[in-house]
This record gives sequence, C-alpha cells and structure tokens, in this order.
Amino acid sequence: MMTNKLFKNKEPLFHVVKRTDIPSWKAWLFRGGAILFGILIICLLLLIMKGANPFVVFGELFNGCFGSSRRTWLTFRQTALLLTVGLALIPAFKMKFWNLGANGQILIGALVSIMCMFYMGKAGVNDAVIIIVMIPLSILAGAIWAVIPAIFKAYFDTNESLFTLMMNYIAEGLVAVFLSAAVTSGSGTLDIQQAGNLPRLGNDHLLTIIVSIVLLVVMFIYLKYHKHGYELEVVGESQNTAKYVGINVKKVVIRTLILSGAICGLVGLLLAGAIDHTISTTTANNMGFTAIMVAWLAKFNPFLMVGTSFIITFLGRGMSQVQTRFDITNDSISDIAIGLVYFAIIAVEFFVSYKVVFRKKAPHIEVKEQNNLVTETKEDK
Amino acid sequence: MIFFNTILPSAISIATIFLFGCVGEIIMEKSGHLNLGIPGVMCFGTLGGCVGVSIFMSSYSSDPLSAPWFGLVLISLLFSALFSLIAGLIYAFLTVTLKCNQNVTGLALTTFGGGVVDLFMSTIDKSYFSYASKIIRYHLPFADSLGAFGKIFFGHGILVYLGIVIALITAFILKKTRVGLSLRSIGENPATADAQGINVTKYKYGAILIGSIIAGFGGLFYVMDYVGGSWENSGTIQAFGWLALALVIFTVWRPSLAIIGSIIFGLFFILPSYVSGISFVTMKVLKILPYVITVIVLIITSIVGKKGVQPPSSLGQSYFREER
Repeated sequence: MMTNKLFKNKEPLFHVVKRTDIPSWKAWLFRGGAILFGILIICLLLLIMKGANPFVVFGELFNGCFGSSRRTWLTFRQTALLLTVGLALIPAFKMKFWNLGANGQILIGALVSIMCMFYMGKAGVNDAVIIIVMIPLSILAGAIWAVIPAIFKAYFDTNESLFTLMMNYIAEGLVAVFLSAAVTSGSGTLDIQQAGNLPRLGNDHLLTIIVSIVLLVVMFIYLKYHKHGYELEVVGESQNTAKYVGINVKKVVIRTLILSGAICGLVGLLLAGAIDHTISTTTANNMGFTAIMVAWLAKFNPFLMVGTSFIITFLGRGMSQVQTRFDITNDSISDIAIGLVYFAIIAVEFFVSYKVVFRKKAPHIEVKEQNNLVTETKEDK
Repeated sequence: MIFFNTILPSAISIATIFLFGCVGEIIMEKSGHLNLGIPGVMCFGTLGGCVGVSIFMSSYSSDPLSAPWFGLVLISLLFSALFSLIAGLIYAFLTVTLKCNQNVTGLALTTFGGGVVDLFMSTIDKSYFSYASKIIRYHLPFADSLGAFGKIFFGHGILVYLGIVIALITAFILKKTRVGLSLRSIGENPATADAQGINVTKYKYGAILIGSIIAGFGGLFYVMDYVGGSWENSGTIQAFGWLALALVIFTVWRPSLAIIGSIIFGLFFILPSYVSGISFVTMKVLKILPYVITVIVLIITSIVGKKGVQPPSSLGQSYFREER
C-alpha cells in the first residue's frame, strides 16, 4: 500500500537548486535589467496618472543629477556619503552582525559635533580648538552607539538587529531633546552654526568626497589584506570554526562594531560640520537604511559599492526632479521608484544564486520494480 | 480623576494602533520572519481602508452621516485587508519563495509602502472621511453615562475591541492549538519542522499574510478612528510602525501581553502632553522612554536566557531545504 501511494505522488513540478556557475557579466546584466524595469514601471505610472512622456521622464532623471554643476557636485557628494556609510556597514555585515543602527550612529555623531559647535561657539572658543575637540568626540560617539549593542551581542547574544534599530530612535529622541533645549524660538529648527565649521576645500562638497575615497581604499586593504578582515570573515562564516582556530569571537565582534560605528560617527561629523552646519531628527536622511541596500547589492565589495551607491543616489535625486517637473509635492514617486528597483533587484538575486529545475517529462521515468523506490531516468543510464 | 476620565481612554485608543501592528508582527516573527516592512504594510492597510471608505461613502453623498455603520466598517476592513494582503504577498514571495534577505526586503517594502500611500492618497476623494470616521467611531450610547468606567470599557469604536479580540485569539492559537505549535516550531527550527512533515512554505505564507492583514488594520484605525479621518503623510503612520516593532520585543513575543504593553506604550506616548508644568525638554525626554525600556527588556530577556522570552531562534534567516 505504502509503495503504491509513493508512486502515485508525482515529483514536484519544479525544484530549486543552488548555483555557483553564473558568469558575473550575466549576473550584472540581470541586475541592470532590474533597475531599468523599476524605472520603466515609474514611467508607466506617470504616463497613466499625468500623461507624462517617458522620454521626458528619462531626461529629467539626468537633469536632476547632472543638470548643472551644482547638481552634479551634489550627486557626487551624496554618493560619497552613502558610500561611506556603506563602508561602515560592510565589516559588520560580513560578520553577519545586522547593524540596522547606522542612522542612529550617524545622528549621534552629528549631535555631538553640533553640540561642540553650539556650546563652544557660544563661549567664544577658537575655531581650531573646536574642530580638534569635535572630531574625536563625534567619532567616539558613533563608536559608542554601535559598541553598546555589540557588547551585549558578544556576551549575552542579544538580538542585534532589534537592539540597533531601537538605538536609532533613542538617538533621534536625544536630538529632539537637544533641539528643544538649544532652540529658544518657537521654530524648532537650529540656526546655521558659524563656529567650528570644518575647513572648506575648494567648495562645500570636496572634503566629503575625499574622505570617502580615502576610506574606500583603507577599508579595501583592511578587509582584504589585514588579519582583522580575515578574522571577521571567519566569524561571519561560522562562529564555531572561528572559536576552533583560536579567534576570540567576542573581541572581533566588539572591535568590528567600534570601527563600524566610528565611521558612521565620522559621517555625522561631516554632515554637521561640513555640509548642513545644523541638525534635525532627519539629518541622517535614512542613509543608514539605504546603505544596507547599497552594501547588500554590492555583495559587500567596497569597490562595487561605488557603483551601487551611485545608482541609488542617481535614482533618488533624479526622481525628485521628476516629481518637481510633474507637480508632485511629496516624495512619493522617488519612494515608489526606489522601492520597485529594490524589489526587482532583490528578486533578480534569486535567479542569480539559484536555478529552477523543472520536472522532466513523465515517460523518462521508468519504474522497474515495486520495491525499488529509486526512479531512474534515461540520462542516468 | 483626569487619569481615568481622559488619559487612560485616549491611551487605550492610541494603543490600538500599536496593538494591531504588534500582533501582526508577532505572528510573522513566530514563523521566523523579521518583517521590517511593518510600517510599509500599515501604509498599505491605510490606503486600502481609505479607498474602501471613499467608494462606500460616495453613494451616500447627499447625507453622509446616514451611511450604515455595519456596511462601512465591513467595507473598510475588507479593503484594508485586501491591500495589506498585496504588501504581505510581495514580502512573502521575496523572502519565502525567493529566499531573499529579510532585512533588505522589509526596508524596501517600507520605502515602497510610504511612496504608494503618499501618491494615491492625494488622488482619492477624502471629503467624507470625517463623517465616515464619526460613524466608525460609534460607541454604545450608555458609555458616557457610566463615567470613567464607561469611558474606559465601552467608550471606543468597534476597531478597538476588534484589536483586543484578535490579540486574544492569536494568543490562544499560538499557545493552545496544533497550528500554533507547528508555527512556533518553524520559527525555532524550520529544518526540524520540515522533517516532521509540516509544510514550512505554507505556514510561512499563512503567517506572513495573516500578520500583514492584522498589521494593516493598525493603519486603518489610525486614519479612520484615532485622527478622525484626516490625512497628513506616510511618516506619521510609519512612526507607529516602528514603535509596534519595539512593542514586539517589549511584550516578549506574546500577543496577550501585547494588550497591556500597547496601553503602556500609549500612556508613554500621550502622558507628556497631559502632565502640567513640565518643560518642553522633559517632554522630549519622556518620548524616548518607550525605546529605552524596550532596549532594557531586550537586554534582560537575553541575560536571563529563559526559554519562552527569547526571539524565535531562526528569526531573520531564510530557509532553504537543501542547505544545512
């Protein structure tokens, strides 16, 4: 009876197997297609809702990013910022430590620099002194914000994604507390701070870009050639293996998160000291979350991340220009576009790393003996 | 007395938003899926509910207040469920079938949901929302005559009670039934559950879809009941979505505790505006408290290490049968 039942059950229509053999150019073609797909859907949406010409939409995309020298600079600066946050996340992610708290780490770094600028500036301290004090302090603040969850992860296995997520909102809350204490007028926004601004290199954007390039090279070397980079990769692959070969897992987790948080703190410093010169609860501009995408899309490869952070920035900035052009007052189109592109790329990732194998046609399966459950196919012979 | 007359009733009201989101997320997390797309799902639920209300109210344009209560509630819930289902399907398809990274998918869903609700809310007819809200908020007439007692227990719209009932039913199913046991075992170790003959994919889809529908009701409740039919932008709903995620930890993955937990969160949320004589700064400090307490709960539960207060072991990991 039992055997009869087994033979009646068909092999499933298809099953999924892992694949490792896809050429990388093909994989990138898939991903490029996914991005194009997302943009085309938006074109379609705009065509239906606003009667927009798709070519105009594409034109505005480029116009928003490269329409003027200022826009071009802003695009590059934004790419650089996103890249830096991504660089901060890579070591943690390679270790399979899901740091969702980059927003908070950036924000706390920015908060500390702004507090230095605000209070020391008020006291009339020399600009150079303020800068010397605020650089280490804000980097330290970012590191502390990341290391708290790391310590608990290392010693008590506290869920790090939930912990770091909560730290974002605590940081946001602290910024709100600072703003309510520092801003006496009813507006709730802090004036542009004049004291303690980081030095301008040519224009407002170059400093950020240079910092990101330096970090890119340093991070690449750190991950690829330094012992630490190797250790954190082993911890990410298997904690047991790491323990077996004598790696102190706790130390690696804490050390890596200090690095991760410190870079986020540095981004906060740049935002507060070189770019915005003020702070709000949205100063981090959700870059902590966007950078997760950027890092993941680039397969945690620092150099590929230059490309992915550019694409995401391009979409975001381009789509906001499209919105302006078609009189949409909120960020809806850019959010939908980015969301769609994410979905498309995420879905494509499946086809890059897995293969769907369909059931072979029934005649190929020969059932020889009732007690032999193994079915043979013609290929096997 | 002001506490029982005003503060507690409105805390219960706001708690319902957290409660829906939290119970929905608990169901998903029990199946091993950390859905960071909850804020996005709530946006979808909001949009669905509003579309339903908009369609339903358009046939009562001459006298909006005469729209039947039952029909309106039913239609708005149905539409809300339908839209949340779409969001849930996207998430489930990507994370279960395509085995994609859950954090990345969730964040994408949040971004996408925010965009969709912002775009389409500007195109639908919102003129009868305040009337619809009055009808949906309808509560038993004798509640007001019973003083504070009546206000706390009877003075809410139907959706508040729906939230509590859903939480209780979920708690019962998770704890006492075979389905709940299977679901929990999948969250703990999908490979073992699979070996037992439980259809992991089916359960995961079920949990994510049902969880999404419940979470989506939170968005519907926010617009149609809590704020009385007005609409600002997706940011307001998403803030509640993140708090709902925090609440899941705070209530250590138990839907029954979520009822009390959400009221505590609700109190934290509104208390600062009722306490007289506190400064603006203190008010802002109080706003951080829910998150700080959540972190403390997370730390304590992990230090204590007791079974039953931990996150599901396979939370956040995709399950691929051929991998070990």
